[in-house]
Amino acid sequence: MRVKMGKFGKEFAKGIIISNPVFILALGLCPALAVSTSIDNALGMTLAVLIVLLGSNIIIAAIRKIVPNIMRIPIFIVIIATLVTVVTLIFHANFPDLYEALGIYLPLVVVNCIILARAEAFASKNPIVYSVADALGITVGFMLALLIISFFRQMLGTGNLSVFGVNLFTLPILGEHPMVMFILPPGAFLVIGLLLALFRRTGVMKSE
Amino acid sequence: MNELITIFISMALINNFILVRYLGLCPFFGVSKNVGSAVSMGIAVTFVMSIASLATWLINHYILIPFDMEYMYIIIYILVIASLVQIIELFIKRTNLALYFSFGIYLPLITTNCAVLGITFINMIENYSLLGSIVSALGAGLGFTLVLFIMSNIRERLELADSPKSMRGLPIAFLIAVLLGLAFFGFGGMI
Repeated sequence: MRVKMGKFGKEFAKGIIISNPVFILALGLCPALAVSTSIDNALGMTLAVLIVLLGSNIIIAAIRKIVPNIMRIPIFIVIIATLVTVVTLIFHANFPDLYEALGIYLPLVVVNCIILARAEAFASKNPIVYSVADALGITVGFMLALLIISFFRQMLGTGNLSVFGVNLFTLPILGEHPMVMFILPPGAFLVIGLLLALFRRTGVMKSE
Repeated sequence: MNELITIFISMALINNFILVRYLGLCPFFGVSKNVGSAVSMGIAVTFVMSIASLATWLINHYILIPFDMEYMYIIIYILVIASLVQIIELFIKRTNLALYFSFGIYLPLITTNCAVLGITFINMIENYSLLGSIVSALGAGLGFTLVLFIMSNIRERLELADSPKSMRGLPIAFLIAVLLGLAFFGFGGMI
């Protein structure tokens, strides 16, 4: 089968802004809010979503013609749950700190709406190559959303910004008196609410 | 008895599922536009949570732990919840048609609700007893229903308010969640 690079690029690009999973589709809000306390956690969650989404999109696109229509959702869920189990075990063995930090939100990737939605809406109807592009694009969009949210939360909530133990900068006054609220749950709602309003105001997103 | 009360209050108010643990946000923003459907959803979630906690506790203690298969919990739990929801739906349809119609679409939607899977994971990690698991599920479900009820009441009034155009809908709902979350911090001193 010939792969059209144009279509590959289009499927990749649409996940980043036009159908950004978090900001536009409002999918996967639980992990987006729960793990965005620091950039490290956000990147860890992105890695987990990347492995699961890429794996599930490839497998589901490969078996899309032999899956009976009526049984497709249970089959998709079992495939996704298997991949999440694999990722959970890998993280537990190799990145114990990240595993502790992500807590129950790592196994909960299994009910992350993004993954089942992509399986149902895209991978079950398209060939493997485009499903890979779709998975990569959606993951990049998810990562961007998580990075933006965790950037504000970590910066305002702890007063400095450090990634993988390297301190990038410390804010002058907040460094001594951080606004702890931004690390706490209400801070997550505040940051994402204001970002959504800002995106609508600037026209990146449509208002209701 | 004291321990059960502590679990209940901690699950319902202090570690509220929506405002503190961010579980079940999809129904929180999806169905909180109308008080009636918010309460139906809350009750349906509480009901499924309690039964799922009972079932997964039994499976965990009588199948997974004796056979040393705890690592399979994600696959087993999601399958148990998906089939339970189907069974409950059939059972309610046969025995109480009025209740079936009042739940409507919300019952099948619960399968992919992170709150239900979340409570079974939390029960497993906290290692609650059978009674403790059911009480924690009831607490979590009622706390979920309470927040959904408050939120839907506020949003019904917001429909009439003149909020800025770009804040309408989802953004303003998030900002209300901020205020509710700050208010719920007050419960932190109870235990």
